[in-house]
Amino acid sequence: MTGEPTTQPATALLVLGCPQVPVQTSIALYLINRLKKAGIVPTVAGNKAANTLLVVADPDRHYLGEVMDLDRAIVMITENKRDFDRCFVFIHNDAGVTYAGTMSAISKAKVYTIIYGEHYEDLVKQMDFPCTPIAAKAVHNPLPLKKALDEVAPWAA
Amino acid sequence: MGCVESMDYEIVLRDATFKESREFIKKQFKEYLDVQPGFKVFDTHVIGLPPIAIGLDGDFVIFPFTKPCHGTFLLRVEDKEEAARLRAIKK
Repeated sequence: MTGEPTTQPATALLVLGCPQVPVQTSIALYLINRLKKAGIVPTVAGNKAANTLLVVADPDRHYLGEVMDLDRAIVMITENKRDFDRCFVFIHNDAGVTYAGTMSAISKAKVYTIIYGEHYEDLVKQMDFPCTPIAAKAVHNPLPLKKALDEVAPWAA
Repeated sequence: MGCVESMDYEIVLRDATFKESREFIKKQFKEYLDVQPGFKVFDTHVIGLPPIAIGLDGDFVIFPFTKPCHGTFLLRVEDKEEAARLRAIKK
């Protein structure tokens, strides 16, 4: 015991959407890597399919840290049992917009919306709540979305 | 919202956006209340773009339920006590 104050590392929650658009898993792993390199502790929250895609792709947990059920994450934040410094919500459909609006309302985290898919421009127009949109037309090729993410560099903010 | 699946519910609306679901409640039901995300209906925290409209129709409660891959559904559940509780909050 040195008596020196300890500082908690910054935290981030990645809220995954339906994994039907391939770039989500790739960009999630990339973002996790960048966050960890910046000293930010990432937690992933998704439905069973979205979480399993990540867990199977990273069996030794080189990238992944904590992975939790999305409904459980919502409950914990709502009941003030847990919160995060940053929150990244993956959006390619209306449900993603709904989850992002929810996170913006219930969490104290700075919310980033990661918007992709064929209809990304329509979805960007629906960001009428406090958030920083990061958007690109990306379905199979993650590079346009990676580029948009790198330009914002939310791990450095 | 883990216990919704175990409820005896009827789907009132599907394949609509969250905002369309909100407008549907406000147009179709004389009684409704606006709540914030995280508000408890039955034993579940509702999610959505605020304000979230919850409809009341006699002993029925109508509320949105969103899943990442299936979008937003409006569900109707009969529960006299919950309808009364929500009416009391509305006043």
